[in-house]
Amino acid sequence: MTTEPQTPPGAGPASEPSEAPSPPVDRSGPPLVEMRDIRVAFGGVHAVDGVTVDLWPGEVVGLVGGNGAGKSTLMRALSGAHPLDSGQILIDAKPVSLTNPRDAKTYGIETIYQTLALADNIDAPGNVFLGRELRTRMGSLDDAAMESATRRVLGRLNPRFKNFKSPVKALSGGQRQSVAIGRAVHFNARILIMDEPTAALGPAETAQVRSLIKQLKAEGIGIFLISHDIHDVFDLSDRISVMLHGRLVGTVNKADVTTDDVLGMIIIGKMPGEVSQTELAELHA
Amino acid sequence: MTEATGVAQPEAVRGPTRRRSFGDLLRLAEIDTRLLGMVAALAIIWIGFNVLSGGLFLTPRNLWNLSVQSASIAIMATGMVLIIVSRNIDLSVGSLLGFLGYTMAMTQAVWLPKTLGFGFDQPWIWIVTLAVGLVLGALVGVLQGSLVAYGGVPSFIVTLGGFLVWRGLIFWFAQGQTIAPLDKIFQLIGGGPQGSVGALTSWIVGILACVGIVYSLITSRRRRQRYGFPVRPRWALVLVGAAGCIAVLGAVWVANSYYWPVDLANQIFGSACPGGDCATIPVGIANPVLIALGVGLIMTIIATRRRFGRYVFAIGGNPEAAELGGINVRRTIMLTYVVMGMLVAVSAAVQTARLNAAVTNLGVQNELDVIAAAVIGGTSFSGGIGTIPGAILGAVVMQSLRSGMVLLRVDSPTQDIVVGIVLVGAVGIDSFLRRRSAT
Repeated sequence: MTTEPQTPPGAGPASEPSEAPSPPVDRSGPPLVEMRDIRVAFGGVHAVDGVTVDLWPGEVVGLVGGNGAGKSTLMRALSGAHPLDSGQILIDAKPVSLTNPRDAKTYGIETIYQTLALADNIDAPGNVFLGRELRTRMGSLDDAAMESATRRVLGRLNPRFKNFKSPVKALSGGQRQSVAIGRAVHFNARILIMDEPTAALGPAETAQVRSLIKQLKAEGIGIFLISHDIHDVFDLSDRISVMLHGRLVGTVNKADVTTDDVLGMIIIGKMPGEVSQTELAELHA
Repeated sequence: MTEATGVAQPEAVRGPTRRRSFGDLLRLAEIDTRLLGMVAALAIIWIGFNVLSGGLFLTPRNLWNLSVQSASIAIMATGMVLIIVSRNIDLSVGSLLGFLGYTMAMTQAVWLPKTLGFGFDQPWIWIVTLAVGLVLGALVGVLQGSLVAYGGVPSFIVTLGGFLVWRGLIFWFAQGQTIAPLDKIFQLIGGGPQGSVGALTSWIVGILACVGIVYSLITSRRRRQRYGFPVRPRWALVLVGAAGCIAVLGAVWVANSYYWPVDLANQIFGSACPGGDCATIPVGIANPVLIALGVGLIMTIIATRRRFGRYVFAIGGNPEAAELGGINVRRTIMLTYVVMGMLVAVSAAVQTARLNAAVTNLGVQNELDVIAAAVIGGTSFSGGIGTIPGAILGAVVMQSLRSGMVLLRVDSPTQDIVVGIVLVGAVGIDSFLRRRSAT
């Protein structure tokens, strides 16, 4: 992990109202994802310690917390990249076992990793289809079909993307991020995990990703959004789950809280009502 | 040039009216500049040796011998590319070659004819022998590959162990004995005038290869056009196809310009020499060279057109990304060693057949030649980069240096010094150019 730019305390007012308020999330059915009492340890350190979160179709749950809070580890467990020590994951209310990334993908769980997880020496189509290559009837790689599909999906994300033949090493940070996002959205994900999806992007591309998230949400996809940008989280999320030192501080409805409340949860680890006046003052110091 | 203005605009670089640089043309034609550079280096080496040796190097006889000598290293180098690309190494290939060669020799010269009592020179013995070698090579690959991929032992250590163990086993079993002679048909795998395909078959192979080149160029272009992708200009297509065909048919012409030695021809054909003249019977392409070219073709398809090859390169580029992409990284790594083991078996067959014997020091130092060939051919130790044709060319470059120095009567220690310097120099220049092009 690199430096995490924290929003300066007291720098901004609460989130600005978004242009079109999204319709409320339909929670009448079963949740898309439930992660119950999840524990993951590295050696003796509990990276994730008894965390419970859930996600409904068409919902964006923001996952926030400082460095080493355990957000990425929790999401890696959901994407099959890291085994659980204990706890249960339910998809559509059915318990599932996600022992590797292939398992997760069969349940429609797609992940945009913070590291992007691109093979630098391979071109954009090769990366979008990495592990799920299209093949001809002879069993050979169908590069033309993969390039065609990649042109379509990346054209939607980033119309200026032209370089489909070079290794992705040669691409800019924003273009690489587009490839990683394109890979996640191409395969009709039902559950999308986005770990810092806008970290490498300029303002225009960030705006594109934000509108993409809203569009995917409208299509009924459930999204876990990890971000250090508290304004991003406030703008896009329906609910916000805050983690500190591997534990869940709590999950709040965005509509019920202010950015200050969430900052209090991130830094002090207390729910909005529990923060004392002195602590609040320290927060703003 | 219609609208030539003095103002250099960025767009003008791509404009059709602007004169393009040579590099732009190469890129437009989708020609691999690294491979082109290697061909140029090889041409310089060949011409240099030819001048220094007073015209002895560029003769059909020498080039034919060069092709046979390169074949066995080239076969193994294609497998080494996959192993190095996936960030591993195999130091055991030389010892394994000795071990497999010895086992195959025993199979055809002792176990099948004597121990099992089938008698010598049965027409099927060579097939069983090859099968034994391939299966054993694959099993050794499973063993070493599993230790690397599943056991978590670094490949350097596993194959260093293999380097010692396989060589030790040869001495243990063979007790210093040389196993000879080998099966009559098996011997043909090794080359020589009898182990070559002759003029007509050589031309047929050449023409088929030429047709194959043109066909694959046209179909891949059609496929891209069907999707509306940009394709290389027509002149480039014709140029690449023509260059390929000229190279292939030129090589066939050289192989057919090498004639049977008169004494051998008289001895084999008696008075019935084809064409009535025993001095001008074309030898044609040698069997080991055909095998190496076939292996090169199959390995190129595996490396660039199949999922397995794509995974090997993805693992080399970013092992974590490969794992997160759902690739079975361990199994893929293990399989690279299985492929390597089978290719070593093929090379072992070529080398023992050529010697018509299995000796205890068979394949000594081959691992270094194979690794050097792959690396000179552009395979990068940092992983994810390398090509099969490059490795084959690398093997030819290595062998050209050795063979040229032999012609110039350079002694063996000096040869080693030169080859060592060239190896380091080639990789140094390559990584310098790569760094420069990256910025």
